[in-house]
Formats: sequence, C-alpha cells, structure tokens
Amino acid sequence: MSEGIGASVKRKEDKKFLTGKGKYTDDINRPGQVYAHFVRSDVAHANIKSINTKAASQAAGVVAVYIGEDVAADGIGGPICGWVVPNRDGSATHEPPHPLLAQGKVRFVGDAIAVVIAESVEQAKSASELVEVDYEELPAVANLETASSGAEIHEGMKENRYFDWELGDEAATDKALQSAAKVVKLSVRNNRLIPNAMEPRSALAEYDDLGGSYTLHTTSQNPHLARLILAAFMFQIPESKLRVIAPDVGGGFGSKIYVYIEEAVCIWSSKKINRPVKWTADRTQSFLTDAHGRDHINNVQLALDESNKIIGLRVDTVCNLGSYLSAFAVAVPTYLHGTLLSGLYDIPTIYTNVKGMATTTAPVDAYRGAGRPEATYLLERTMDAAAREVGMDQAEFRRLNFIPKDAFPYQTAVALQYDTGDYEPNLDKAMEMIDYKSFEARRSEASKRGKYRGIGVSSYIEACGLAPSAVAGALGGRVGGWESASVRVDPTGTVTVFSGAHSHGQGHATTFSQIVSERLGIPNANVEFVHGDSDKTPFGMGTYGSRSLAVGGVALSKALDKVVEKSKKIAAHLMEASAEDVEFKDGKFTVAGTDKETAFGDVALAAYVPHNYPLETLEPGLEETAFYDPMNFTYPAGTHIAEVEVDPATGVVEIVDWAACDDFGNLINPMIVEGQVHGGIAQGIGQALLENAHYDENGQLLTASYMDYCMPRADDLPSFKVECTNTPCTHNDLGVKGCGEAGAIASPPALINAIINALSPLGVSDMSMPATPETVWRAIQNAQARAAE
Amino acid sequence: MYSTKIVKAENSSAAVQAIGSSKEGKILAGGMTLIPTLKQRLANPDCLIDISSCGLEGVEDKGSSVRIGAMTKHAAVAESSSVAKAIPALADLAGGIGDRQVRNRGTLGGSVANNDPAACYPSAVMALDGTVHTNKRDISADDFFKGMFETALEEDEVIESVSFKKPEKACYMKFPNPASRYAMVGVFVAKFSDGVRVAVTGAGEEGVFRHSDLESALSSNFSEEAVSGVEVSSDGLMSDIHASADYRANLIGEMTKRAVSS
Ligand SMILES: Cc1cc2nc3c(=O)[nH]c(=O)nc-3n(C[C@H](O)[C@H](O)[C@H](O)COP(=O)(O)OP(=O)(O)OC[C@H]3O[C@@H](n4cnc5c(N)ncnc54)[C@H](O)[C@@H]3O)c2cc1C
Repeated sequence: MSEGIGASVKRKEDKKFLTGKGKYTDDINRPGQVYAHFVRSDVAHANIKSINTKAASQAAGVVAVYIGEDVAADGIGGPICGWVVPNRDGSATHEPPHPLLAQGKVRFVGDAIAVVIAESVEQAKSASELVEVDYEELPAVANLETASSGAEIHEGMKENRYFDWELGDEAATDKALQSAAKVVKLSVRNNRLIPNAMEPRSALAEYDDLGGSYTLHTTSQNPHLARLILAAFMFQIPESKLRVIAPDVGGGFGSKIYVYIEEAVCIWSSKKINRPVKWTADRTQSFLTDAHGRDHINNVQLALDESNKIIGLRVDTVCNLGSYLSAFAVAVPTYLHGTLLSGLYDIPTIYTNVKGMATTTAPVDAYRGAGRPEATYLLERTMDAAAREVGMDQAEFRRLNFIPKDAFPYQTAVALQYDTGDYEPNLDKAMEMIDYKSFEARRSEASKRGKYRGIGVSSYIEACGLAPSAVAGALGGRVGGWESASVRVDPTGTVTVFSGAHSHGQGHATTFSQIVSERLGIPNANVEFVHGDSDKTPFGMGTYGSRSLAVGGVALSKALDKVVEKSKKIAAHLMEASAEDVEFKDGKFTVAGTDKETAFGDVALAAYVPHNYPLETLEPGLEETAFYDPMNFTYPAGTHIAEVEVDPATGVVEIVDWAACDDFGNLINPMIVEGQVHGGIAQGIGQALLENAHYDENGQLLTASYMDYCMPRADDLPSFKVECTNTPCTHNDLGVKGCGEAGAIASPPALINAIINALSPLGVSDMSMPATPETVWRAIQNAQARAAE
Repeated sequence: MYSTKIVKAENSSAAVQAIGSSKEGKILAGGMTLIPTLKQRLANPDCLIDISSCGLEGVEDKGSSVRIGAMTKHAAVAESSSVAKAIPALADLAGGIGDRQVRNRGTLGGSVANNDPAACYPSAVMALDGTVHTNKRDISADDFFKGMFETALEEDEVIESVSFKKPEKACYMKFPNPASRYAMVGVFVAKFSDGVRVAVTGAGEEGVFRHSDLESALSSNFSEEAVSGVEVSSDGLMSDIHASADYRANLIGEMTKRAVSS
C-alpha cells in the first residue's frame, strides 16, 4: 500500500537517467547508417534563383544531395496543420504549404534548402558548405509590429494573416465596458521563448526493402500521432508500413509534439538510397528551428462596477506564428487561450479577437502551458493593475471576484464549463505560507537597506487533460483527445503496462506503476512500463497539455477495472463462489462471509495454465485494453505569491520568497508533483526575468546560443514553498487534474506583479518581460525623471 | 569541425617553431575558446600546437610582483595561497570565471591572448600594471591590448607568463551577463602608493580600457563619494541586446563604488 496512490516513492527511471544510461535516438545506430545535414537559409526571406549542388555531390563521402525539386518530384507532402479555426468573416484559416525542402523561396533563417547525406557527419557538413544558393533577397518581416504591413510571405495570404478569430459576445462586452464605473486598460507582451529541451531533436530512419516498411526512431512526445501524420498525410503509405519509436526523450515542453521536416526527409531518403539515415540537431539548429513559444501582444480592457466587481472583459490579441503554421499553432492562441480568459473569476461577459500573424521567423507553437500562460499573464497583470487603480489589496480584489465555491459547475462566458473548484483556500494558504500580512514590515526593513521589496500575487486556472474529442472536433481540432492503455498480466502475476502516453521527463514509469500497485496490490517493482513504440503500445495520442495522468492514467484505471472484473470471475471459479460475492482488496480475492481466499498471482496463473478454469464462458489469459475519452477538461487552479527585492542601482531583481498552493485534485505521487511544480516555476521565472528570443530587423536570430539566450540556472531561483489543496476532478475515475504546466502558467505574472509592487512607491505601474536588470533599471530611471518634473 | 593535426610542443621555442612550419597553426591552451570555434567551423587551422607540456604553469612571488605561468589554470590561480596572500582580488577574479569545468581547463595565457572584450583577466593585467612575458619580449599591459580580440602578439609569439604588481589594495567587481556569465561590466580597481588604476572590461567597444577620470578621482580621494562625483560617459561603450551603452556606463560607476567600498 505504501507504494500505491499518494505515496512519494522514488522515481524508477532515475537510476538510468542520473547515471547517463538513458538510450536516446542519437545513441541508436544501425548498420550501414549515413548522416544527413541540412543546408539552411542564412537569410530570413528570399526567392531562390538557383541552387548548385554539383561540387557537394562530388565531395568526399557524399551519398546523395537532394533539394526541394526532388521532394516535389516524389510527391511528398509537408507537415500538416492539426487544428484550424474559422475567421470572423466565416472564411477558413489560411494554411500555406510547408515543403520539406524549400520550393523556390525561403521564409526564415534556418529554413531547409537542401539535404546532404554522407558517410559521416563531418563529411556531410563539409559538403554542405559547397552547395551554392543564389538568393534574391526580400524584405524580412521580423516581428509582430511589422507583420501586417510587411512583405508578402505566403502567396495570396493577405496582410500576412493566417486567421482572424473571435470568441464571446462582442456587443454585450462593449456594452459592459461603456456602462462600467471603471475600465482598466492594459497592453502586455508575452515574450518569445525558445524551448531548449536538453536533448536536441534527432531522427533515424530505416527502410526495409523486403517488407517495404520503414522504422523511424525520433524525438517525439507522441509517436503514434507522428506515424499517422507521416504515413497518411505526408507519404501516403499504409500506416502499418511505418513504425515510429520515440525511445528515451530528453524533454519536450511542447517542441517535440510536431512532425518536423527533418524526420520526413530522413524517412524519404532512407528509401531512396536504401540505407539508414540519421540526423541530429546541433544546438544552433535547435535554437533556429525548434518551434518557438508564446510571442503575443494583448490589449486588455476590464470593466468594473461601483463595488469593484468585474462586469466584462475584452481582449484583442495579435500573435506571431512564424513562417509556417506548425501543427497546433492555431489552437494555442485560440482555444487554449481565448477559452481561459475568465480565469478563476466570475465574469459575466467576455469577448476576444485573435489575429494569427506570419513573420519570417521560426514557426511558433505550443510551449509548456500553451495558451494558458498567455491568458493568465494578461489577466493577472490586469487584475493587479485594477486592484492598484481602485485602491484595493491585490489579494482581496481577487477574492472579491473569485467564482464562489457553490457556483460549480460554472459556465464561463468563453465556452468552458468548470466542473469543480474552490479558490479561496489556495489564496489563503499561499498568503499564510509567505506571511502576507507582515509584508509591509519587510518592505520597510528592506528600504532601510536601500532595496525595494515587493510582493506579487497570481491566481490561475488552466484547462488540461486534453481533450474531449467531440469538443475538440467541434472547435476545429483534427485529432481525437482520448488515450489508451493495455495491462498485460503475466502468468506469475507481474504486470506490464503499455501506454499511449509518452514520458519524456514526467516519471510515468513510476506514477503509472503506483496506480497498478494500488489497484492490484502488487509491488511497484513488479510493474513494467512500455511506451513510445507504435509496434508495442495501443494507438495513443501522446503527452502534452498535462494530459498523461488525467487521460492516459484514467485509461489505465479503466483497463485495470477490466482486469479486476475478469480476475474476479476466475477467482470465483477457483473458490467455487459466484463472481458477485467475490471481493478484491490488497491483492487478495475473498468471498464475503467465508474464509475462502485466493491471491492475485494464483488467479493470473490459472488464466494462463487453465487446467481448472471456466473455459466454456471465459477466455484464458489476462490482458486488457481500454481507451478513454474524457468528458470535460480538468481544471487545476491555484495561487502563487512571489516576493522580490530590487536593487535600484543596478535593476537586479532578487527573488527572496515563493509560495505556491495548487489544487491538482488527487495526487498519485506528491514528490513528482512537487518536482513538476518546481520545474514549471523555474521555466516561468526564466520567461519573466531572463529568456527572450531576439530577432533583429533583418530576421536574424541574435539569441541562437547560450552565450546570448539566458536559461534559468539553479542560483537564479529561490527555495520554493509548495503546497496543495484538493477538490477532486468530478468526471474521471482517479479524481486527478494534471500538474505539468501549472508552474509555468502561474509564475510569470506573480513575479512581474511583485516587481511592479516593489517599484510602485516610485510610481512604476508597468514592466515588460523579460524584466532584465536594464529593463528594471530603466523603469526606475524613468519614474524618477517623471517625479523630478 | 574540420580535421586538423595536433602537435605537442616540449617547450615554447618548439611551439614557436611549430607555428613557423605550419600554414595557419594555432596554439592550443585550455581550448575553452578555441575548441568551440573549431567545432562551429569558424576557424580551419592546419595544425594545433598543444603547449600544455611546455612548463608554463605555476605561480611565483617576486617580491613586488607575482608572476604566473601562461598555462596556469583559472582554478589554480583561484586556489593559490601565494596569490591569495599577495593579490587576493586576483584569486577572486579567477574563481569567478565561467564555471568549474571552464576554470579547470581555461588558462591565464589563453584568456590574455584571446582578449575577449568581456573577459575578466585583461582588466587585472591592466589595473595591476601587468607585464606580458613572451618568448621574444616583455610587453607592458598598456601596450598589449589593442582592441577587441586584438593584442600586440605577433604570429609567432607565445605568452610564457604574466606579472602583476602587488597593490596596497584591490578589488574586482563583475556584473555578469546573465546568459554567458562573462562580464557585462567588470571593474578592477587597484590602489598603489603612487595612485589608483581602474580597468574596465565587458563595456568598451575597443575591449578593456583604463578609466582615467575614475583613476584621477580615486587617486586623490579613495572613496565612494569620489566615484559619485565622476560622470561616467557612455561614449565608446558597447550597446547590444544585453545592455545599452548608458546602462553599462551606470554599471561602471556602480561596480567601481562597490570595488572601492569592499
Ligand atoms: C562557458 C564559458 C564561460 C566563460 N566565462 C568566462 C568569464 O566569466 N570570464 C572570463 O574571463 N572568461 C570566461 N571564459 C573564457 C575562459 O576563461 C578561457 O580563459 C578562455 O576561453 C581562453 O583560455 P584557454 O586556455 O581555454 O585558451 P584557448 O581556447 O586554448 O586559446 C584561446 C586563444 O588564445 C591563443 N593562446 C592560448 N594560449 C596562448 C599563449 N600562451 N600564447 C599565445 N597565444 C595563446 C590560442 O591560440 C587561441 O587563439 C569562459 C569560457 C567558457 C567556455
């Protein structure tokens, strides 16, 4: 029992990872393997006048050189868009093609023009330098500000706009704004981030000409989805002729959801040259070509009545989706963002308009939190500004506007229905953890030391456990949102779980084993976890959107239900009782009112050695599969409070304290949950203080290495105080909600609000992300200059 | 990286000879800068001359100065008791370079020869009125650094050691670039009986430089107030995505104050 649900058991997978024994795609080698290297555009926007590959083809070790025309000749399609939305005028999202290798035009620095395949990586790189590309340069469209007026990026796409979408009641919202006692206006920018998974992307494709089938090892968060897209949409081969294996994957954060052109080129060329083809990104390529995250500008208007209650919210957003539409690029700023704008507040009317723009920069897609951090950031910044403007305490202003506990299920003005929640206990607990009430004393103590001390609150909600398929489909999703699991019980009673979810750092092997251990009463060590191989596991949708446990874990629970149900029948036979009278607890079957008992292991053995077994009515064997499609999203919520000290001489922000109180529903492994929260907060702090993908006006990425792109390090972070409350999810068997993204969602506004709070005595009321020392210093300088006027 | 060959030189004259007999030979010290450059194919030397066996390591107290071998690693300088005794600020500086791995490979000679505008050591060489000893000659600090990544070194010249004058008092204050953790601004203040030297790294468009206004202010009054009285100009300072010239100017003043008051 101590290893089951609710126990903080150590992670099974850690020994392998901590001792460097993980087996990643690049660790796998196949006989006769060759190496692909891509010739990439070094300009942001250009027509390609000509490509000369002659010298490269003749260089030492080169096996093949291919360009866009070769791809076109073979009729191979590019990556597809997995989600589209209607425009306000009823027309459809513009979905421009994304060729595997450039077809006459390049659209960002890093766009692939040619692939050189050689016997060694170094030979492929050397030969790549011999490929001559003659460009006719076009003006770059490097940022959101210039997107709509910039040069046309995709033929026939007006104002470089992919879509122009809306949600909510515009008339009612504008009316609320007009009749409001107060309208709080704010414009915020969600800075552009580069995911930086520790393991760079990699692919190894092999063609078997005897069976006419392919095997792809790749860095994917969802190998089945990759297989479906590659086989059915890009290569038009039978899906069964492609096996996709995502072995150990070193972090994804969203960036490994999508099918990228490199994997497809490896598959395609592995058949053309009939040799296994491997490609692994170096760090520069990761910076340039992994899908980036966020990059929004949001204009917010919040309407309040005389009693400081919110009566309406309008948000107008433009977001940068980059040069091509990545798979879920459209979903992120729309249905994962617009639908979250109610936050945990009772807002009678909301309207949002989102314009998705193209620029000559890397594609932008889901990144830890995907849409919800953007919604939370703009909302919590606005709540903070509103509290300041009406002169209320930031915590109490939130409390006043929280959806009351007795209002659940709560229908928001932006489509979602929250099943359950209780927001005040999180706020109260976080305030207690950080000793909110004594803050002013700490502020004055700090000011004696010449420091400005501030405290910032962020109360968030997120929708995770993606997704009810019917809802996703109705909103433009082109995939299902269910998950699968198989439970194979061995004759000796050990168990293997085959999951459609994919673990790339989340600790599924441990968490999923705990569910089995709890339900079947067997030790954790007797459970194996298999994932990431389309030939081994049932079809699954993979891992993103904090869905693994809330959807995949529930699928496992349902498969276990089936195992228990069948086991009871077997046990009933063994104990000569009726199945209805059999009870199962702690790994033992008993018959009510008797001392008969049989162990789970005996039942398993009987299932496979069915000498004494009801074969007339029951199949032998003990293996069950379940597919689970959730009824609703799950809604984790909570409050984070950050406390900072600002050094006015340098603008350096020190995070001095952090309290997080989250409601994730039931916890399977509290230690893993805490780890996820820590990681999420670290990423959010990275966004708020350090990280920024910076393109210059020519579309060159200036932050393409760790010398210039600043990731959070351990010594940038305080020691986090993390606690949980629990209102179990009402619509799944485990009562779980998901915790993977919450930290990254909650933390940026908590931190920025704290900095503004610290500097508010100077009259500072705005702060952009990342709040670098210079940004903060400049805000102080400007405020002092204003005060001096 | 492009393929190349490595020769191990037994002493500095052998190293110089090896450079002479190669087309574009490069000295390899700790490799912390050179190897990444090669990996990114930004350089294509036909030969690397490894000088780790040339006997260029070690710290020697020369009375009024400390002489440190070119191949002495940052970690060794940071941990050296003679450096700690003679010029604690220099040990501190070395201990604050990069990370543990970098400090255990990177060398004084490599840092000085490379003259990265954001490197720490050049400021110490300047502020401590250092002398760069090569196989050919002795070069004073003021003549050695010639602008970003430029030095007085000739093609076939190897740094053998660097001498630093012992100050009465010195301090290095580094404001790290949050990403690279090189100096965004680093100020080395050294007080000698005949005046104060202030060298600034990380900020100048031409690399490390001495700040004459701060030097004269501090030479007459070694105090924070003296620093406050100096208007640090942003002329000639770098502006990049990490910091503008006027923010760097602010940091120069601030780091100088902290160095003086420490
Ligand atoms: C992650 C990281 C962080 C860093 N952070 C800092 C920091 O905070 N502060 C800082 O100051 N530095 C920093 N550095 C630089 C580091 O301290 C090294 O000093 C520097 O890279 C060069 O030293 P090296 O011994 O590695 O030289 P190498 O890389 O081997 O050589 C550098 C150049 O100097 C030449 N050279 C080397 N030795 C000699 C010699 N004796 N005579 C003539 N020419 C020579 C080489 O030919 C080459 O051109 C950092 C480096 C890294 C990788």
